[in-house]
Order: sequence, then C-alpha cells, then structure tokens
Amino acid sequence: MPRHDSPPFRLINTLGLCMLAVVMATAHGTALAAEQIVSQKGKAFSTKKLRVKVGDSVKFINEDPFSHNVFSLSDPKNFDLGSYPQGGAKSVTFDKAGTIEVECAIHPDMAMVIEVEK
Amino acid sequence: MPLRRPPSGRPSGTALLLVFGLTSFAAIAGDQALPAATEADKAWLLPPLPIVAGNPITPAKAELGKTLFFDPRLSANGTISCASCHNPSLGWSDGLKTGIGINGTVLNRATPTIANMAYNTQFMWDGRKKSLEEQALGPMRTPEEMKTDLKAMVLMMGSVPGYRELFDKAFPGEPISEDTVAKALATFQRTVVSTDSRFDRWLQGDRQAMTVQEWRGYQVFKDPARGNCAVCHSGANFTDNGFHNIGIAQADGSPDMGRFKVRALAVLKGAFKTPTLRDVALTAPYFHDGSAPTLMDVVEHYDRGGDDKRNLSKDIRPLHLSPLEKEDLVAFMTALNGQGAHITLPRLPQALALPHKAAPASTTLAHSRTGD
Repeated sequence: MPRHDSPPFRLINTLGLCMLAVVMATAHGTALAAEQIVSQKGKAFSTKKLRVKVGDSVKFINEDPFSHNVFSLSDPKNFDLGSYPQGGAKSVTFDKAGTIEVECAIHPDMAMVIEVEK
Repeated sequence: MPLRRPPSGRPSGTALLLVFGLTSFAAIAGDQALPAATEADKAWLLPPLPIVAGNPITPAKAELGKTLFFDPRLSANGTISCASCHNPSLGWSDGLKTGIGINGTVLNRATPTIANMAYNTQFMWDGRKKSLEEQALGPMRTPEEMKTDLKAMVLMMGSVPGYRELFDKAFPGEPISEDTVAKALATFQRTVVSTDSRFDRWLQGDRQAMTVQEWRGYQVFKDPARGNCAVCHSGANFTDNGFHNIGIAQADGSPDMGRFKVRALAVLKGAFKTPTLRDVALTAPYFHDGSAPTLMDVVEHYDRGGDDKRNLSKDIRPLHLSPLEKEDLVAFMTALNGQGAHITLPRLPQALALPHKAAPASTTLAHSRTGD
C-alpha cells in the first residue's frame, strides 16, 4: 500500500491545497491579493501612476539616504506612514476603489497616483 | 638636508613618496590649484531659469515688478514696500531676528531672502503658497505686514500715468489688476538670481577660485559621515524644497507648528522649509525664528543634533565635528555669496509725472492711504 507522503500523494495534496485556495478566494468574490512595490529614490516615487485591484497592497521602500514619508488624504484611503529612513519599508492595503493621491510630506514635490480598481 | 639617493642614482621609494606628499600638500595648502571639480560636483551649478507657464519673464514685466517691489505706496499707510523687509543691501532680507511689518508690528518669523526663488517649488517658511504669483500678494493681504487695500492700490496705479505706461508695456491690452500686479512682482523676483559665486567658479574650472579652507568645508558639507548638510541642502539651489523639524528650541506655550498648520501630519510638527544657502553669509540671523546670530551658531546647533528633540527629523543627529571642520564649513558657506544682481533702483512714478493728464498728487495719493 503506498505511503501518504510518497511523491504521487504529495502532488495530489499540493494540487488539492491550491484548488482549495482558489475556491476560497472565489467564494469571497476576489482574486488573490497582490503586493506591488514602489520605491522612493532620488526624491521621487519609482512610478507616477499605479493601478491595483481592491484588496491589493503597495509596499513603499525608502532607498534614499535620508528619511521619507508616505501619506494620502484621499477619501478612499486616508493614511500616514510616518517617517522612516533608508532601507525602511511600509505597506498599505487598498480596500476601496477610487483614486488615491500619494505624497511625501517631507518632500512635497514627490507625488504619485494609485488607481484602485474593482 | 638633501634626500639620500640609492646607488643607482634614482630616488628611493621613500623619497618619491615624500616628494609626492609634499607636492600634493603644496597643491592643496599653498597657492596652487585645488582639485578639479568632478561631474558629480558640477550638479551644484544652477541651470537656466525655469520657464513659467502662464507668466514668462519679459523685461517689461520685470521693470514693472521692480518698481512695484520698491514702492511703499503699496502698503496701507505708504510706509512699507516689499524691499523694506527684502532689502537688496542685506541679501534681500532685513538683518532682523524676525520681520517688522506695518506700524512696527513684530512678526513671528524671520524674513527669508528672495534670491533664487525662481528655482523654488515651495514658498514661505511653511510652504503655504504654491507659486510666486500666489505669494506676491500675501504680505499685502496680511494685516500685520502691508495691510494693503488691494482695490485702492489698483485705483492708485490707474491714476498715475507712469504706472499706466509701465502696465501697458508689461501687459498690453490687459487692465491693471491684482493679477497683473502679482505677475509683475513674481517676474521681478525671478530675476533676482545669486550665482557666479567662488564655489560656482571652482565648479566651472577655476581651480583657484576658492580657498583651501573653503574647499575643505565643501568636503565636510557633502560627506554624510561628517556634516551631512547636503541631506537637505541638496541640489543646485541648496534646498530640497522639503520641510524638516531641525530641533529649534521653542518656548512652551504656543510653539510655532510650522508646516503642520498647512498639512496636519505628525511628521510636520515644528517642520519648516529648507532655505537656500546661496548668499547665506549675507542674510544673518538664521533659522525660521532668527535665533542663530551667526553661521557658526548654525553649525554648532547641528553639531549638537538640535536642541528640542520632540518630533526631531530622523536626519538630525549629533555630528561630533572638530573645531577645524566647523570653521571649514562656515568658510565654505561664505564661498556661496553670488556676485549680486546689479540692481538699479527704480524712480517711482508720481502722479504728476505727465502733467497734461495728471490729477493733483495729494488727491491721487489719498486713494492709497486707506490704512491711515
């Protein structure tokens, strides 16, 4: 009798878990959430415009040798990540659709827009 | 004593090193040339003036703007012009701890220079104005500063033939208005440029333009492990157009919250705009509250890592500079003095300048004295 941890069974188990994850995600009406990366370098965000889906998160990484901030006062997502030095990173999850204007409070010339789509 | 030579007649390695070392020292410490500026250094050279959409610089607008800038009749009681606080003889500032407005009103913040505002993106210590055009009317609208009745001011200019001529040349076909006054003032301010400093000349290839001490100060200035000044005073105009809490001691009670009043974000409590350092040796005292009388006081402040640590910027830390490094830094900042704009003071148009059209001067001026 084949052992349950033999290669054929491991493959079946893995496939089963993947299918379960897809079923659970579908049951919630959303695809699996993704994380996108935006870096802050040379006093600029690495992109001026980003499209994400509801439920996705964006990780902001400071690659400059000085502190940055990330905030938004936009209605769909109002947040303030404080200030953090080089190498620091913070994430924000976007849970409502809409247009999010993102800036660095310390350096107001740094700005970008995140379009959160359903 | 002559250097000993090896039997071959060629100088020994030690002797070569000694000669090389002495030559290098002479190059750095004597009247020899400084090291040449690198491509990275040349990023400190000011670019051409930015072109402003909607209000390009023209000589006629600059001339009108200069006339307005020096005209005290723009204030409510005819006593204060823009130049009263932004005095070209004092680095376009006033030499005071904080500015003094109309009727001797002591203001809360130091008067910033207007030099090189053309390169800025943020205006006022707290950045509450988004353009020079927007900023230009700010002091006039402020009761503690010029307290201008803008409608009366426009009427006054319309009644002075010399002003009508200046406006016609600057804005053909447009009426005299608050908008054209603001555009002319902004244009003139954009022409006030501090450049061609000794530092600029070294960047452009004149290896004797700066002293050795000034050059050493530049090394301290840009070194993140020493002065770390360029962390905020970055770019050709020595400002990141950013807002930082640098730990200025404030009396308890009603501290100046700075940028926080414009944007209520925690990081901005007590944060103020990074000022340019061009012409900085001409614009004492320093900081937003004028609390540092000299550049050495400024350097000592940063060397301590600030005084009030509440909400201090994470980029401010004790520097532990040596006395020589501090003196070098101050010396470098004096090398940032520009050659200065050769301003010809305007002759202010008078009501009777063109007698065939003029109303009596006393009648005309009465319109502008709304604050009396």
